[in-house]
Amino acid sequence: MRLEVKSPGMLTTVQDLGRWGHQAIGMPVAGAMDPMALKRGNLMVKNPQNAAALEITVMGPSLTVHGSGLIALTGADLGMAINGVPSEPWRTYSVQDEDTVSFSGMKGQGCRGYLCVSGGIDVPSLMGSRSTYIRGKIGGYMGRALTKGDILTCGEPYILWDRCAGFSCPDDLRPNYAPSLPLNAVLGPQDDCFTEEGIQTFLSGEYTVSPAADRMGYRMDGPKIDHLDGADIVSDGICLGAVQVPGHGQPIVMMADRQTTGGYTKIAVITGKSVARLAQRLPGESVRFQSMSQDQAVQEARSEAQEIERLRLAVEGWIASPREIVQDEATPDSGRLALSVEGQRYDVTWERL
Amino acid sequence: MNETPKVHPAGETCLVVDFGNSISLEINGQVQALRSFLESKNIQGIMEIMPTYRSLAVYFDPVRSDLDRIKSAISEGLSSLGESASIGTKEAVIPVCYGGDHGPDLPSVAKHHGITENEVVARHSGKSCYCYMLGFTPGFSYLGGMDESIATPRLETPRELIPAGSVGIAGKQTGIYPIDSPGGWQLIGRTPLTMYDPSKDPATLLDAGLWVRFRPIDQDEYDEIQAKVKQGSYVLEIVEKGEIS
Repeated sequence: MRLEVKSPGMLTTVQDLGRWGHQAIGMPVAGAMDPMALKRGNLMVKNPQNAAALEITVMGPSLTVHGSGLIALTGADLGMAINGVPSEPWRTYSVQDEDTVSFSGMKGQGCRGYLCVSGGIDVPSLMGSRSTYIRGKIGGYMGRALTKGDILTCGEPYILWDRCAGFSCPDDLRPNYAPSLPLNAVLGPQDDCFTEEGIQTFLSGEYTVSPAADRMGYRMDGPKIDHLDGADIVSDGICLGAVQVPGHGQPIVMMADRQTTGGYTKIAVITGKSVARLAQRLPGESVRFQSMSQDQAVQEARSEAQEIERLRLAVEGWIASPREIVQDEATPDSGRLALSVEGQRYDVTWERL
Repeated sequence: MNETPKVHPAGETCLVVDFGNSISLEINGQVQALRSFLESKNIQGIMEIMPTYRSLAVYFDPVRSDLDRIKSAISEGLSSLGESASIGTKEAVIPVCYGGDHGPDLPSVAKHHGITENEVVARHSGKSCYCYMLGFTPGFSYLGGMDESIATPRLETPRELIPAGSVGIAGKQTGIYPIDSPGGWQLIGRTPLTMYDPSKDPATLLDAGLWVRFRPIDQDEYDEIQAKVKQGSYVLEIVEKGEIS
């Protein structure tokens, strides 16, 4: 399958789970801002979790399909339509030659969607990843966001890919993007550079995502966090979710495209799940931070991995389950189904009334 | 060592071993020694280890690794370092063609210090520098230890495009631009070597913990080395520090 870009949308890039393993030479990791959505979407089209997909921001692209395959939109509901017919997020669709895929804009929570395709987006892998790092002009599709006329080739799909169509991610396995949820923060590595009050302010204050929020970092506006003795340190590593507090006392959460090192004190690091949820927030929305121990954060990551495993099994179950034998049109008026109920098999013919 | 190293949590995927908030060879030597120790242990679940001036970030997969195991490996590493940890002795020799189009700021640097251009070159290439870490842009090396008598402030107006390989001075620091980029360093020369190539593994010529010495070359040798680099036949000269090549 190939996807032709008719219009690129606001900011559409190719992303996988990131370019890990090269931070020691100063290479930023990049990758999906919301890895929870990317992993789930990939499983829903029977890809490895790390396959490359399109990360779509706020306003989606318009694409023409060449060939056939599967698509699934996860993360934010960006109003996807196939041939102009509205489709659901978190559901796997089969698309055919000359189909168009378009997006009408944000519906409900979140601002980043992941369009996962069977076989993954097959751009060249660079240093172990297909992620676009826009500032470095590397990875993804020619090191940049998509533009009109680009043609994306998809990789080899799972051999029984068409059996995945119609799968819908169970509600309890979808990430909870509720804005009321606090961001879980593990204090450190430089929490000892802040006053007691500064740490209390950080953990109790309400912060607003500022307009200066992008793939590199989310600057927050809110109560000023006080340092003990200045905000500058000799350059230190910056990990995903690190909460830097420069001299102005406003926290900046470091996101996918963060630089590898920096010289500001970091009061805390928010967990991977919290980073993914924050990536779905828009400027003007409020967030709160809540303290969590490192051991609790490890547990959180493990229960997330278990959810991913449950979704993988659900997709396997869907592929193995009996289903419609005839499906000529997208919305047929009649058909036949093979059903299995408590071990008994039934042939069912049905007709729309 | 000035301080006892501290191990700090950094989210659920990272532990930071902090050796002290300063730039010194002693501290960075400890950082590099612990890095080598942990790399040699091949601990399950460790994804990558990133050294900086003063700390080591150990990234791990929280699902596949045992946090206590990683913590105890770090303690073991720290206690085995003791006082014996010392900085490396390997020195990379970087050929540089100084002045002319390659180093448009060489005359003004010389003028700033009231010395000849040749004297600037002699001082810049006369003392080994130490690569504390890589960062900023992929492959950019933070070199310390330049002869401070040629320390020069940054340009007032940064250039929009500095060609890859340019060697510059900014304050007491010297460095090599790995990729074409904007920047405000005083450019005094250029190396024909490719400092950063993402299609290679490793992608960078330098690594943290290496010493670096600049060797003055003329335009003919620059062209010769550049041709070898293009063919892929140039081998970076690495010597024991202090050895004359």
